[in-house]
Amino acid sequence: MSDVLTAPRSRRNIELVLLLLALVVGIGANFLANLGRNEPLGDYFWSQALTLGLMGLFLHIVLRFRAKYADPVILPIVIALNGIGLAMIHRLDLSALSVNPEFTPVAPQQVMWTAVAIGAAAVLLLVFKDHRILRRFTYTSLIVSAVLLLLPLMPPPLGLEINGARIWISVGFGTFQPGEIAKITLAIFFAGYLSTNRDLILLAGKKIGPLQLPRFRDLAPMAAAWVVSIGVLIFQRDLGSSILFFGLFMVMIYVATSRVSWVLIGLAMIAGGVFVALELFSHVALRFDSWINAFDPDVYNRAPGGSGQVVQGLFGLADGGLLGTGLGGGRPDLVTYANSDMIIAALGEELGLIGVVAIVMLYVILVSRGIRAALGTKDGFGKLLACGLSFTIALQCFVVIGGITRLIPLTGLTTPFMSAGGSSLLANWLIVALLLLISETARRPVTSTPMKNSFPEPVGVTGKIGRTRAAREGTR
Amino acid sequence: MTDAGELTVTLLRFGFLILLWILVLSTVGALRRDLVVGRRNKVGTPTAREIRRNPDLVDQAPPARTTARQLVVTEGPLTGTVLELASSPILLGRAQESSLVLEDDYASGRHARLFPQGSRWFVEDLGSTNGTYLAGQQLTRALPVEPGVPIRIGKTVIELRP
Repeated sequence: MSDVLTAPRSRRNIELVLLLLALVVGIGANFLANLGRNEPLGDYFWSQALTLGLMGLFLHIVLRFRAKYADPVILPIVIALNGIGLAMIHRLDLSALSVNPEFTPVAPQQVMWTAVAIGAAAVLLLVFKDHRILRRFTYTSLIVSAVLLLLPLMPPPLGLEINGARIWISVGFGTFQPGEIAKITLAIFFAGYLSTNRDLILLAGKKIGPLQLPRFRDLAPMAAAWVVSIGVLIFQRDLGSSILFFGLFMVMIYVATSRVSWVLIGLAMIAGGVFVALELFSHVALRFDSWINAFDPDVYNRAPGGSGQVVQGLFGLADGGLLGTGLGGGRPDLVTYANSDMIIAALGEELGLIGVVAIVMLYVILVSRGIRAALGTKDGFGKLLACGLSFTIALQCFVVIGGITRLIPLTGLTTPFMSAGGSSLLANWLIVALLLLISETARRPVTSTPMKNSFPEPVGVTGKIGRTRAAREGTR
Repeated sequence: MTDAGELTVTLLRFGFLILLWILVLSTVGALRRDLVVGRRNKVGTPTAREIRRNPDLVDQAPPARTTARQLVVTEGPLTGTVLELASSPILLGRAQESSLVLEDDYASGRHARLFPQGSRWFVEDLGSTNGTYLAGQQLTRALPVEPGVPIRIGKTVIELRP
């Protein structure tokens, strides 16, 4: 399955060309946003252009030296998405500033986080030569995940409650969402655990009809994942992350075992969790109500948990139409949280369906490259990790874009690489670095030539070996 | 804003959408070669330069089918007879159509058959009267023959040589 008959070429030059194109897109978006708002190109434009350009080229050079055979399209795609996100955040800042001159712009901080995140990705590539090292940290990363998930629940100096969700901690210069990093460490744990115990989980268990049911004790990690997700939902009041964690585990166990029974059990557990959440937590019930009855005026105007945000986003998307209003030409700032949760609605308004589909395509290619790396790599741990990590990106996109387009209830997840928010950006860049590492092992040529002279010559019936060895000794 | 300025902005607006799609399509284009999984989906034939750099790309010539190259008669009336082995089966017996016509009173007309499969040669008794012996054991079914192992048919003994 994984034997690809392509020439082992490093393809770093193609990456460079695509990277330059991506930089033109990212910086061009910012330029057009300034142009559309009739603003002169200020400091921000140059800081965005320089950060994106220099850090992108820096990572490219790191790849040339450290991961020569890594996938050539991942970096350009992510740079383009990040650049478009920075441009849109800046454009929304400009709108907010024109209304309220006291407003603190979000974009400069996001540029700083971009630099930090790309730097962290480069460090990860420099430190880890091979992703398999991470397998040693299987159980360590479980503990780290638990700590990261518990941190926001600490008393106020450390844990923070913003908009009813306790997912933030305060670090010296701002806030941070440890849950974003936890999705990486959880993926490492699941990959390590499942690649070790896969055979046991596969072989044991009763068979009922077409379903092979797992043994009860093999269900323990799944129950643990479920408890974590429900815990996140109850204590942190964060529906999005809870879906993400449980979805991550379900996908990884399905990929590891290819047993439908696991998926069915998982779905049953989700259904149970959703039912309980609907009964117990008003915020979940309100989310559902504002999804189904979004256009009801009462629901629209309801103070907490109204559907105003979604419906404004839909109006924005409708206003954008096929071609969009052009960057700076629409009013995406009317939507609350336009620069984080609803950034896709803002982009849909200003770039139109054509632009938003291009962005979705970039995500699709990115995820498919992650899955491709999983197919190509030889070790089970790497396969599971690459699958899980690319799936988190896919699931996040689905939950966010599905929520904005009212396909599913809106949940507060970030759009990878685009939304304002440093922790999400950092976590996603780290995911990119891991995917690049795994794709490097998947694509690196294996020395397949026979190892000449390293084995003694086959012992023939004729007893030739003594003679040849003697001959060789003589000529030496 | 002037008309010319507005026109420029509109053109830039559409230009940006086109640029986005150029990025998407060139990314897909860069992956064209790489989207294949598995051998059957091989796209195009590698050029001479690619082959020189990566000898793996060409299907290697099928490995030598047999390790044995010669059939040698070691005992019996035909001692010393050498038969070069090709990749076609060999019929042994007194019948004139046999590859090796045995002048041996204890051999049947169509006595035994040697045939290559994979990288080995097999010997199979064709229902002879006196039987075929591989390394002293009478054959009941087709068995692989290693070079140097004697096959006895009547008074004749043959073996394969590499």
